Amino acid sequence: MGLFDIFKKKGSGDMAKDRLKLILVSDRANCTPELMEMIKNDIINVISKYMEIDAEGLDIQITQTESEGNNGTVPALYANIPIRDIKQKI
Amino acid sequence: MSEVIVVTSGKGGVGKTTTSANAGTGLAKLNKRVVLIDTDIGLRNLDVVMGLENRIVYNLVDVVEGNCRMKQALIKDKRYPNLCLLPSAQTRDKTSVTPEQMKKLTEELREEYDYIILDCPAGIEQGFKNAIAGADRAIIVTTPEVSAIRDADRIIGLLEANELKKIELIVNRIRMDMVKRGDMMSIADVVDILGIDLIGAVPDDENIVISTNQGEPLVGDDSLAGQAFMNICHRILGEEVPWLDLSGKSSLWSKISDIFKKK
Repeated sequence: MGLFDIFKKKGSGDMAKDRLKLILVSDRANCTPELMEMIKNDIINVISKYMEIDAEGLDIQITQTESEGNNGTVPALYANIPIRDIKQKI
Repeated sequence: MSEVIVVTSGKGGVGKTTTSANAGTGLAKLNKRVVLIDTDIGLRNLDVVMGLENRIVYNLVDVVEGNCRMKQALIKDKRYPNLCLLPSAQTRDKTSVTPEQMKKLTEELREEYDYIILDCPAGIEQGFKNAIAGADRAIIVTTPEVSAIRDADRIIGLLEANELKKIELIVNRIRMDMVKRGDMMSIADVVDILGIDLIGAVPDDENIVISTNQGEPLVGDDSLAGQAFMNICHRILGEEVPWLDLSGKSSLWSKISDIFKKK
């Protein structure tokens, strides 16, 4: 353990702050698991009109992201939707 | 013009009752007419912190149910004649009072007092709903810990949903030595996370335990916590007060005066 490890170590205060920020994003969004499931099903229905997706592999979650232009972070809904095939228009 | 202030936190044990007692006593010291109401029905505590537990005859539920007049239930403080306590009932439960009844009660007290301070129970159930029903202003007490801050955020959301717009924050039990080491969130961190205005910061001071033991709020004495609470009272009145240095570095002068204070 060298001298520089002292500077690398993150205090538990920062850990608390980072954890809290994430907790509060989902608390404030008031997203119950049921609500998330409903959003997920609706997304599947909409996207399925245009392309074939892997409904099993679909993952959505609420996180936060840097807002463009102005200050700080804003809540964001992230969806990871694996596409199997893009439907050809007839 | 009178103001009804609810002191709330969500989480228990963060210092709501201590804050209520000190804010009430401090405002009385500043010559305001103040009434403190303990709204924690079933778990009354504000009376012991104020040192008035032996004088209780009637309580909040008696007033609401009409078993006595308001004046009979109000207990005058030992030191300040312009300070009163309305104690809570110990043998009843939170459903004994409704938000409408609390609203009526605070309206009645507005006529005779400048500040009506409600000590809210922990939690977000009936007791909380009762306490916030008649309030114009809320003071959120939290400590620099994840659980307390999470609950405070929830409470802020509920207050906003109830159209209570004036919400201010007290960060209690700060240990500057831990903040400096990086092992405690700073006041700025907590304010940043919760996003409401700060009205006070109180250090973790053993004098609080001593004053609670004695049943005499320490607001206004020369301890760090006593000064912090007095500053909060001035800010409640709308005055600008510089922020106190909470690191507790005692100056040479205070060390000398400490020697003389000890008999």
